[in-house]
Amino acid sequence: MWSMRDWSVRHAHHLARLYVVFEHLMVVVGPLVRLIGHDRLERPVAAVERTIKGTLFDCRMCGACVLSSTGMSCPRNCPKDLLNGPCGGVRADGTCEILPDMTCVWVKAVEGDRNMGGGTIALLPASDHRLVRRSSWLRVLRQRSAERAR
Amino acid sequence: MTGLERPGTGPLNEGPAFPAMKSPGPIDPGAPLEPLPGHSSRGRLERVLRAGEFAVTAELSPPDSADPMDVFDRAAIFDGWVDAINATDGSGANCHMSSLGVCALLTRVGYATVMQISARDRNRIAIQGDVLSAAAMGVANILCLTGDGVECGDHPQAQPVFDLDCMTTLAVLSTMRDEGTFASGRRLDRAPELFLGAAANPFAPPFDYRPLRLRRKIEAGAQFVQTQYCFDIPRLERYMERVRDLGLHEKCFILVGVGPLASARAARWIRSHVPGVHIPDAVVDRLAGAADAREEGKRLCVELIQRIRDIEGISGIHLMAYRQEESVAWIIAESDVLKGRTPHAVHPVIPDYMRRKA
Repeated sequence: MWSMRDWSVRHAHHLARLYVVFEHLMVVVGPLVRLIGHDRLERPVAAVERTIKGTLFDCRMCGACVLSSTGMSCPRNCPKDLLNGPCGGVRADGTCEILPDMTCVWVKAVEGDRNMGGGTIALLPASDHRLVRRSSWLRVLRQRSAERAR
Repeated sequence: MTGLERPGTGPLNEGPAFPAMKSPGPIDPGAPLEPLPGHSSRGRLERVLRAGEFAVTAELSPPDSADPMDVFDRAAIFDGWVDAINATDGSGANCHMSSLGVCALLTRVGYATVMQISARDRNRIAIQGDVLSAAAMGVANILCLTGDGVECGDHPQAQPVFDLDCMTTLAVLSTMRDEGTFASGRRLDRAPELFLGAAANPFAPPFDYRPLRLRRKIEAGAQFVQTQYCFDIPRLERYMERVRDLGLHEKCFILVGVGPLASARAARWIRSHVPGVHIPDAVVDRLAGAADAREEGKRLCVELIQRIRDIEGISGIHLMAYRQEESVAWIIAESDVLKGRTPHAVHPVIPDYMRRKA
């Protein structure tokens, strides 16, 4: 049931590298996106993002993707929504206290961090719930474009 | 006198900061202590720890009741034995009197309390409001927790909040104290003076990551941690070894959780039903083989405390004697964990209107 998610964690280093390339590409098509309009693209891009990241990570579309800081294990799959885990309730076999059939997403995050070379897990700030269901990619693109313009 | 005399003397047993100088009226036992340099709170727990004493805290289970005497009775058995009393906040996701309410009652009569905040039940607006309320009522210590999932408790239908988690709560509260602002940046007229704590569980996987997680909590603002129940000394020793390598014991006071087990059956039940509690088979077997399991559970607790006290970098113990609160004094005395020190005793004066009618 969690096989795609596990695969992503196992290949966290490749996915991280792939994402860097992808972010570059996004910045390249940035002017085109601006031309069409961020708002007009929000729904179709979010739909594509949901499909791809939903398949790979069981993405919940929080709109503020932190996968690069969590070993490519989506923390939104934690029943406690822990952005800074793992909690103290992890069972002896590494499964979740609330969903005993699921390996703790933070146990997976630590594994993914190791696959990415270690030291990638950062202290994450409280989340902005206004971003839920919005595209994280477009948000990053907007940020990068703004940084460039400065 | 009215029972307001304080039994101990010296800096750790210091009385209220502002004894009534001119008026002959009684001094306020709930008044904060004089501020001290290097201290972020005006409570007794921080003083005891910063003075290098081995601290003892105990857990109070808030009542399922609107009667203040149910709170005072529960606190009274710890009076003079512990340096602070933790009031749990919907522990196990079960509904009880709130930690804020318990702490407000207790601080008014002079107890040192640790208010627990679980991110499960309140969002950032409610949490920050509660922290201001608590500080205004004299609460000096706050323990930030994520909280057990609602699925564990008596209201599994409830909406879990988890707007913040333990780390972000710590960060928000440090901002309130140090910057004097809400998380939004809006200014506070007066910042709360707090000693901030967190929980730690060295006994749950991923074990290698647990010391790093402690480091994160310290970065976020934790000044002390209270751990989950310890029944496995070798595991604690390995954890502490790594903690010392990282120098974390010098940045944060570590209080190790301990408690008596009532029987082998209770141990098995806790092991399988309470998230995050690890009880080795050897402990269960020892209780199962004992003639008087309850007595053996207390003995075991005493032995654990004595061994924990000798581990370098540990600053105290946190006693969680759920439904065995009356054994706390015996365990503290028997283990000699205080080495002759007497924690401040409150001898509370309960307002008449709060007393039960005879």
